Amino acid sequence: MAIFLDENSKVVVQGLTGSQGQFYGLRNQAYGTNIVAGTNPRKAGTDVEGIPIYATVKDAVEQAGADTSFIIVPARFAADAIREAVEGGVKLVITVTEHIPAHDQAEVYNWAKDNYPDVTLIGPNCAGILSPGKANVGFTPTEVAKAGGPVGVVSRSGTLAYQALYELTEAGIGQTTCVGIGGDPVPGTGFVDVLKAFENDPDTTAIVLIGEIGGSAEEEAAEYIKEHISKPIVAYIAGVTAPPGKKMGHAGAIVSRGKGTAKAKMDALADAGALVAQNPTEIGALVKKVLNR
Amino acid sequence: MDLLEYQGKQYFARYGIKISPGDVATTADEAVAIAERIGYPVVIKAQVQIGGRGKQGGIQFGENAEETRELAEKVLSLTIYDRTGEVGYPVEKVWIEKKSEVAEEYYASFTLDRSKKLHLGLLSAEGGVEIESVADDKIAKIWVDPVDGLSESAVRDWVNSANLNPAAVDGAVDILQKLYRCYIEGDASLTEINPLILTDEGEVRALDAKVSLDEPAEFRHEEWKDFAGLDSKDEREHEAAEKGLQYVGLDGSVGIIANGAGLAMSTLDIVNQVGGSAANFLDIGGGANADRMVDALNVINHDEKVKAIFINIFGGITRCDEVAKGIVEAMKRVELRAPLIVRLDGTNAKEGHAILDANQSEKLIKQPDMLSAAKKAVEIAGGK
Repeated sequence: MAIFLDENSKVVVQGLTGSQGQFYGLRNQAYGTNIVAGTNPRKAGTDVEGIPIYATVKDAVEQAGADTSFIIVPARFAADAIREAVEGGVKLVITVTEHIPAHDQAEVYNWAKDNYPDVTLIGPNCAGILSPGKANVGFTPTEVAKAGGPVGVVSRSGTLAYQALYELTEAGIGQTTCVGIGGDPVPGTGFVDVLKAFENDPDTTAIVLIGEIGGSAEEEAAEYIKEHISKPIVAYIAGVTAPPGKKMGHAGAIVSRGKGTAKAKMDALADAGALVAQNPTEIGALVKKVLNR
Repeated sequence: MDLLEYQGKQYFARYGIKISPGDVATTADEAVAIAERIGYPVVIKAQVQIGGRGKQGGIQFGENAEETRELAEKVLSLTIYDRTGEVGYPVEKVWIEKKSEVAEEYYASFTLDRSKKLHLGLLSAEGGVEIESVADDKIAKIWVDPVDGLSESAVRDWVNSANLNPAAVDGAVDILQKLYRCYIEGDASLTEINPLILTDEGEVRALDAKVSLDEPAEFRHEEWKDFAGLDSKDEREHEAAEKGLQYVGLDGSVGIIANGAGLAMSTLDIVNQVGGSAANFLDIGGGANADRMVDALNVINHDEKVKAIFINIFGGITRCDEVAKGIVEAMKRVELRAPLIVRLDGTNAKEGHAILDANQSEKLIKQPDMLSAAKKAVEIAGGK
């Protein structure tokens, strides 16, 4: 099994008519993802390489059966696009767009949580979700992944998730799903929700968690792991040597007033029983260890 | 983007937040002219982006023109150092304002609580000191759902729970509503008043201003153009910003280029882990073509401390053959001060390696993985 996304997911791409949207949408489709629609109010009735374009997500849900949205639109339109997807009736919204204003994101997150609690928001500023062998929505390079499980991967960073997939695949270990939760301060879905889904997935027997400096999501994940996660965890945290007060590429990756350090996160995860890698190249060996391979 | 105090105060003023009358000066003459206009005594405050200026002589009081001229000159000649004592900020501007008769000092701020995903207001009767040093039970907190906003009655309850002087309550309720508006409508990630003062005349006013703006919202704020160039005093960072590169200057000897923020952070860490130290953080992003690679190498090349350059690429969408072409092209266009240690993995890595092999140079050293590349780079750079 995979979590969140699989071969049955029917995906509408908001932004399919743009150059980025077309590139990644078609790339995801070539991998086997069931891309059923794109949206663009000015281009409704046309198609992109045979994928029909609808005016709205609602139309794509009603007419093409879409249940998942892939949002790849410019930042200033992204919050409205998320609203449109949620109101349009999809159950999973994956937003890869970077640089959405923080207040827009906080508002749309709280609005969705209050009014549409069944909808899962992933991202923004994330690599998307890859369920190897089943479906891919977003940027994740499928070449480095291996289908068949049994490891679930969850990461704030895109490239570090790719690195982890690569290390696992090199070690002969497959993956169930790789979820990019994104590098922004307000992710729609955090570590805890993804951990919960992996815990409930019978095909996932170990979890790789990749965090970075800033905020306290890793510490909260550690608390959750202690109480609720029975599966072994291998963790890695980037940013041990990051200077305080500087944003390290991601909007959320900042040690602010002494809070959000890598060390605090590593300590919390180790205390919760996770094996903590000192650098990403150790991930494969540590997962082998917890899987007794 | 962190505003200087005077910019923060001017930003506050746009939302009706009361500040003391004042203006900004770059010379002692200007300082005196402002003081003559607003009346003595005045406060002369160094405008730097870090705290701790008071202890370093960056805040002075002028009773008359002569004293104001002398003290403004003195403050304008200062360099204010950060807590480590290593990074200095020369004072280029001073803020001159009418000295306030302070009865009490409080603290107030709005920021985002990342954990609760709600806005968080902090209010304390113990102001004028760093909020981190104030006991948690002396800080009144309010969480605001951005969908609901902040009502006057909620602000009043919050203020009442903070045990301010009763004379300050109405003024605080007014100023905090404005501070929230400034935070929301002004797209700030932080609006902080420390100290928020109650004057002898019973007025509540912002004596200082700390405002951080959320850069992604720049497209809807024409007025932010005034703040261009504020981000950093580091020349390397300026150059990188002009090229659209995500760069943070550091003090080590290993220049870093990686794709993706996470991998770039991880690269600094691994260099440190094997006994070296990074000269910078640089995320070259997706599509690391020749032009981007040239820009990145130019920025790093201008850093005299760099003894080795570690290019750490994990090809996802960024294909390793494209990166390799970029490196080869860049080496033709940039006279490198230090050798490149290159690690390529992921999509099209084999093709990438073939391209590098066909363009061998003593300045180009390939390594098979991240760890060995880090070790090699540190060895060449000579450790720390």
